[in-house]
Amino acid sequence: MILTYLKPTKDKINTFLPLGSIFVIFAFLDILANTFLNRNITGFLPQTLSFLIPLLFGFVGFYLIRIEFSGIRFLDKLNKNINSSNFNAFLTLLILFIIIKAISPLMNWLILEANFVGSTKDDCTGNGACWVFIKVWFNRLMYGLYPDVEQWRVNSAFILLFALVGIAFFVPQKIKKYFIIFLLFVYPFIGIKLLSGGSFGLVYVETAAWGGLSLTFIISAFAILFCFPIGVFLALGRRSSLPAIRYISIGFIELWRGVPLITVLFMAAVMFPMFLPDGTFIDKLIRVLIAITLFEAAYMAEVVRGGLQALPKGQYEAAKSLGMGYWRMNILIILPQALKLVIPGIANTLLALVKDTPLIFVVGLMELAGMIGLAKTNPKWLGMAMEGYVFAGLVFWIICYAMSRYSQNLEKKLSTER
Amino acid sequence: MGKIIELKKVNKWFDKFQVLKDIDLEVASQEKIVICGPSGSGKSTLIRCINRLEEHQEGNIIVDGTKLAENTKNIEKIRAEVGMVFQQFNLFPHLSILDNCTLAPIWVKKLPKKVAEKIAMDNLTRVQIDDQALKFPGQLSGGQQQRAAIARALCMEPKIMLFDEPTSALDPEMIKEVLDVMVDLAKGGMTMIVVTHEMGFAKEVADYMIFMDEGKIVERAKTKEFFENPKSDRTKLFLSQIL
Repeated sequence: MILTYLKPTKDKINTFLPLGSIFVIFAFLDILANTFLNRNITGFLPQTLSFLIPLLFGFVGFYLIRIEFSGIRFLDKLNKNINSSNFNAFLTLLILFIIIKAISPLMNWLILEANFVGSTKDDCTGNGACWVFIKVWFNRLMYGLYPDVEQWRVNSAFILLFALVGIAFFVPQKIKKYFIIFLLFVYPFIGIKLLSGGSFGLVYVETAAWGGLSLTFIISAFAILFCFPIGVFLALGRRSSLPAIRYISIGFIELWRGVPLITVLFMAAVMFPMFLPDGTFIDKLIRVLIAITLFEAAYMAEVVRGGLQALPKGQYEAAKSLGMGYWRMNILIILPQALKLVIPGIANTLLALVKDTPLIFVVGLMELAGMIGLAKTNPKWLGMAMEGYVFAGLVFWIICYAMSRYSQNLEKKLSTER
Repeated sequence: MGKIIELKKVNKWFDKFQVLKDIDLEVASQEKIVICGPSGSGKSTLIRCINRLEEHQEGNIIVDGTKLAENTKNIEKIRAEVGMVFQQFNLFPHLSILDNCTLAPIWVKKLPKKVAEKIAMDNLTRVQIDDQALKFPGQLSGGQQQRAAIARALCMEPKIMLFDEPTSALDPEMIKEVLDVMVDLAKGGMTMIVVTHEMGFAKEVADYMIFMDEGKIVERAKTKEFFENPKSDRTKLFLSQIL
């Protein structure tokens, strides 16, 4: 009798809804007061019970408001999505409480008790993060050891790049291809000349001085640009009917995939020059770039091969039956479809590439994370590792999230499904 | 009318299994030939050998005066002259119907885009889907897709058309619209080799019927004779089951 009465139904909504809401509200009041006002409303109870009160009350409250087909849209939605069973209600509460509990110390550290003003470590008096560290080192984190007076060159190289990319998005289709050709084949040389100098009245800046976030961008951009076509060729090569090409591709892919990037970089920087004849010199950054590119190309090849294998045989046969040869078939029919299929995988590989760039520290090159590693060991700024790496993490996250969104947009744009 | 396709003693194996056994076949220009037979009898393999989607191991295949062999360059030339329509349509899903039709003329025959589009629209009109030209294959019904595939093959202005069970993957209601297009094409004088189970279509357009079983041509006869007075018992059995 009592149990049937306790089952929340629509006809008793006027009793259960207010009652349940009170329980839920009390549970949240308790936990909010506890976290943000440091006041324990249920302090008079034994400690364990007091600790569990929000969960208990919330659970009972959620049970009472779980009224099927209540007719109130908000309530129905709530019940369906976060309160569909006792177990789900429990999980909902637990997750919400953990978030509430975690937000407060996080906010305190990040913002409320953090220090933003000043110019030395001693200016950081609060308990929170010392963002002064980032502020003071900001220039180094962006440009590495690039001389201060020459940094306009880095800026203008990137502004030119972004401007070109931006314009390329908006110009009509006809001119677009010239923009893209310029971007791919002409711009890289302009960019390199701007950065390294040595002529046109620009002072020479050796690549060892390049660093910080700008180096992250340079390495990522070059590696992405080159690993993609190489990967496509390797993928086609691995499926080639010519044994020589097939085995070379397989060998190449398996070799690079089998070795950790850190070893590859070390080889490129330290071992490789030993094999060069005396007097020849290839810049360390270029060696590292080639190493990363080939390494990522091997991964890219396997991603692309996945797409090639997913295409039905009929597509190849239809292309052949129209008189297309190997290259026309692949360029016009097979690759456009295969690459579209593996956009998520390509994005995955490219994101991994961007996040692999900090590994170049093993050969003494320092991009963003590397510069933070350098800055935190400065005697005047000891103990700033947390601030530094949180900042680096945030910057990497922004870059990677932007890339991820772009890949999703591309997927949507290229979709020709119904 | 000269011979446009000539097969002499063609043998083909998949590993140890022999799919084609001593096939002899001659097709004159403008002839229509329907090939029928139980599944696994080698009919599809036979017509796929004619544009070398499958390679034969023994014997000679001569298409429009050119012998099919390992030479790559001439196989592409042959394929450009031999249109093929597949059971599964095999339209290119990333391109619109119009682009499906213009792609090969532009890139293989090197026609200017304007000319290719004109030819494409003419052929799409012929198969009555000109109003669907800008849609993508995924947006069309099966029958429309197959008609688009026929139009795509016609845009290369082939001398020969091969049909590999063109209506087998279609809903019953859509079979007719595709067959109508094929009948129209046959009346226009195209050389056609059709693998199909549509005996009504065969009776209407075929000059010759070929019945295949276990990799061999069991019977080759004029259409009327084939249906009214089949010689072999195997053919009689087959016809009694599908008619």
